[in-house]
Amino acid sequence: MKQYDLVIVGGGPAGLAAAVAARDAGIRDILIIERDGRLGGILNQCIHNGFGLHTFQEELTGPEYAHRFIEQVQERGIEYKLNTMVMEIRKDKTVVAMNGDEGMFVIQAKAVILAMGCRERSRGALNLPGYRPAGIYSAGTAQRLVNMEGQMPGKRVVILGSGDIGLIMARRMTLEGAKVEVVAELMPYSGGLKRNIVQCLEDFHIPLKLSHTVVKIEGRKRVEAVTIAKVGPDRRPIPGTEERYECDTLLLSCGLIPENELSKGAGVELSGITGGPVVNDALETSVEGIFACGNVLHVHDLVDFVSGEAAKAGEYAARYIQKGDKREGRSILLRPMEGVRYTVPTFIRPQEMPEEVTVRFRVADVYRDCAVVTYAGDRQISRRRKKILAPGEMEQVVLKKEDLMEEGIEDITIRIEREA
Amino acid sequence: MFDVAIIGAGVTGCAIARELSRYRVKACVIEKEEDVCCGTSKANSAIVHAGFDARPGSLKARFNVEGAKMMEALSRELDFPYKKNGSLVVCTEGQDRGILEELLRQGEENGVEGLRILEQEEVRKLEKNLSEDVICALYASEGAICCPFHLTIALGENAADNGVEFYFDTQVETIKKQEDHYEIHTKAAAGTKGSEIAGKEIRARAVVNAAGVYGDVINNMVSEHKLHITPRRGQYELLDKSTGDHVSHTIFQLPTKMGKGVLVTPTVHGNLLVGPTAEDIEDKEGTDTTAEGLRNLEQSGALSVKDLPLRQVITSFAGLRAHEEGGDFVIGEAEDARRFYNAAGIESPGLSSAPAIGAYLAKEIAKDLALEENPDFVGERKGILHPGDLSMEEQNEWIRKQPAYGRVICRCESVTEGEILDAITRTLGARSLDGVKRRTRAGMGRCQAGFCSPRVMELLEKTAGLSPLEVTKSGGESVIVFGQNKEI
Ligand SMILES: Cc1cc2nc3c(=O)[nH]c(=O)nc-3n(C[C@H](O)[C@H](O)[C@H](O)COP(=O)(O)OP(=O)(O)OC[C@H]3O[C@@H](n4cnc5c(N)ncnc54)[C@H](O)[C@@H]3O)c2cc1C
Ligand SMILES: Cc1cc2nc3c(=O)[nH]c(=O)nc-3n(C[C@H](O)[C@H](O)[C@H](O)COP(=O)(O)OP(=O)(O)OC[C@H]3O[C@@H](n4cnc5c(N)ncnc54)[C@H](O)[C@@H]3O)c2cc1C
Repeated sequence: MKQYDLVIVGGGPAGLAAAVAARDAGIRDILIIERDGRLGGILNQCIHNGFGLHTFQEELTGPEYAHRFIEQVQERGIEYKLNTMVMEIRKDKTVVAMNGDEGMFVIQAKAVILAMGCRERSRGALNLPGYRPAGIYSAGTAQRLVNMEGQMPGKRVVILGSGDIGLIMARRMTLEGAKVEVVAELMPYSGGLKRNIVQCLEDFHIPLKLSHTVVKIEGRKRVEAVTIAKVGPDRRPIPGTEERYECDTLLLSCGLIPENELSKGAGVELSGITGGPVVNDALETSVEGIFACGNVLHVHDLVDFVSGEAAKAGEYAARYIQKGDKREGRSILLRPMEGVRYTVPTFIRPQEMPEEVTVRFRVADVYRDCAVVTYAGDRQISRRRKKILAPGEMEQVVLKKEDLMEEGIEDITIRIEREA
Repeated sequence: MFDVAIIGAGVTGCAIARELSRYRVKACVIEKEEDVCCGTSKANSAIVHAGFDARPGSLKARFNVEGAKMMEALSRELDFPYKKNGSLVVCTEGQDRGILEELLRQGEENGVEGLRILEQEEVRKLEKNLSEDVICALYASEGAICCPFHLTIALGENAADNGVEFYFDTQVETIKKQEDHYEIHTKAAAGTKGSEIAGKEIRARAVVNAAGVYGDVINNMVSEHKLHITPRRGQYELLDKSTGDHVSHTIFQLPTKMGKGVLVTPTVHGNLLVGPTAEDIEDKEGTDTTAEGLRNLEQSGALSVKDLPLRQVITSFAGLRAHEEGGDFVIGEAEDARRFYNAAGIESPGLSSAPAIGAYLAKEIAKDLALEENPDFVGERKGILHPGDLSMEEQNEWIRKQPAYGRVICRCESVTEGEILDAITRTLGARSLDGVKRRTRAGMGRCQAGFCSPRVMELLEKTAGLSPLEVTKSGGESVIVFGQNKEI
């Protein structure tokens, strides 16, 4: 059996940044396993720009952003295997993978980093009623067809869901000559970034209908029309509000689901809210020596945050390989409260944590003139005013070690409070 | 001149074709869709019913019990998934236990073996997730599940390998009775180019009507004994594989005046299936699902099974039962049309009955046309190899021979390129994404083809020689793309 210190599953931005950071922390023996024919993950199909504003202070396209990290991986001589799919990860950190040249093989790792990304919610999972013709695609599939295969999947388009990929595709399809009739969003707010709503819809006069959903899909072989309707507070369609759009395509951008089938197989505990692993301050999952970062951990909005988080995972994995595990000792639960849907991480170990830990979270609704407030037990340790908070944007607070060292802190809570 | 023309390539038509190919015969199957298994045979509960449901003395009872007894051996011969998981009809608090006893009696009269009424405690031991209200159940050890796609495809493939000709994209328009044969007029199905016989006149000494919900239309072209078939829609939800062990038996509800109720069953592939509804509709193509139907399902499923993990739905679909007014199958030569054979009104348990219907009609036709045995008939057929079912050593042996077996195309179901190439190149090979999906499961998993469809398209282009514009989801006008960027 082949041995590696560190095996990284997935060669997207998360896997790449984790590899670079682990190498820089002194780990020599690293293998990245990627099922696609190239490194870079989902960024390879994101040919629009807007990447890297935080990391490189410039606007890059997805492939350009990925390329910077691929270069860093190559400069460091980090080993990677392409066209190779990880089939199984076991609790003992053996990894089973397969490709056409080597067949199926098993690798023993000292630590594993999960960086498998996420998948899109499908029409089936949304349980949309109607026929099942051709012409219904998740926005990411359409993106791949247009950007990677150069093929146009539709001429007249309705989009359900205002996630970022859907917004980006509304613009892309328009630029390629298609007519995007409408974007319907079930929630009373968009799930995408504000800047994408402006640049991808408003600039092209594409209407965004909030609190709307698809109630009917017509066409037996190919989509012929889609009917949308307004929904009430219970998110059920309101009879009489139906609007029918003739179209040949329905794109879905209704959320992303972290791809954790492999993690489950390894016995990793998952969060019911994020769909990603439950991790501690070191981004270590419930299985010792298995770490997670990027979209497999929780769905990010900006790739810059993915890279930042993944670099941490790389460092922590390196520390684990060099120094072993420090799981005993005090561990404080982070509780999302009023308006906060989840936090990553879920546990903080004051003794083990570095001087600062970034906690990322999303809010449950749109909040104006409010504050993000953090408590250690009953004691307020930070308060940050916010003009607006929206579910589409990832938020963060930074926890300081010094605030958490005192004994007897039962939990840390983060909540949204109204500003007087 | 054909000896026999079979109309419809569902499980019934394919079973008849396969059994006929045991004889020296020039036979064809004419199908308006692009592939076998595009009608009701692709959207049903996939249960091989033990046979206690049908009224004793009915054709349904006879062919169900016979067919179910043939199915296991057939699954080995033709290499399709089949599992005898046993079934339970559950009786809940306040329901009439007498109905269970009646079913038991009926089953025994029909010749079903292995029926037994179980009391609450015993039932609970068998299935921990039954509703708390369940007080007793009828257990049928012979109840089984199968893969309806693979069953139908295997029958069709084996028939074709033994010489039966298949014509897809070809719709039968009229049938005229002549002195000693029938004249069949066909046209290319809407949105298709049709097969080489489309638009031409075909002559056949005998005709078999296996046209599913269109069985009445075909029958009424030649017979004065008019049939009337109502499509009775059944909607389903299919749940993720992670839920497949929620129950291990097929769980039926007690039949009531309102119908047979909703069943919950594992599938042979490890998913959980909840359905069907029962709605009479007019449209013979009305396989759409409705918000109301799906909602009813979810409520009704919970009556027999608790904690149904309905959040794990990966897809919903609907199929149409070919319900004939008379309430029974219509099988055999039409009284007033010599050598015109019906296999009509084949609603549930049509899947279970198919092997027996095929054997029976083939024998009748062979006798009638004085067909000789086919000495070259080969009954065995190998299905598509799925390396995932093999040990690591065996897989590696395959990958060494054919690296395509090491390249995963569908990540959710771990389907390799090797399997997809096999599906496209074998007899009656796949021509569409759905064709590949039914043969290999690529695209049938939790992401519902989001990931693999561009990759499968590419393989169809390379291997079946299609242009990107010719690749469809399910034939005809179901194209995936309209052209190159900036071209449209
Ligand atoms: C349409 C779209 C638009 C976006 N726009 C922006 C933007 O404007 N600005 C911005 O900052 N961010 C944007 N993003 C977000 C950014 O692309 C993601 O945050 C980032 O790609 C996530 O990185 P990741 O490595 O976690 O996942 P991914 O990029 O998905 O990488 C995961 C990798 O793991 C591999 N993998 C998975 N399973 C296995 C397995 N079993 N074996 C081997 N390999 C496996 C996959 O093939 C993939 O390469 C956008 C994303 C999309 C989809
Ligand atoms: C909701 C539901 C649940 C069921 N559950 C079960 C079950 O659990 N167990 C069981 O045993 N049975 C079950 N059944 C019944 C079973 O699915 C059917 O009896 C069986 O599939 C019928 O097969 P078929 O070949 O007769 O019809 P089909 O599969 O419909 O095939 C008929 C074919 O004829 C073609 N055709 C029609 N008109 C023409 C024309 N003019 N020219 C050319 N071709 C034509 C059609 O395109 C079609 O492909 C169920 C059915 C439904 C709807």
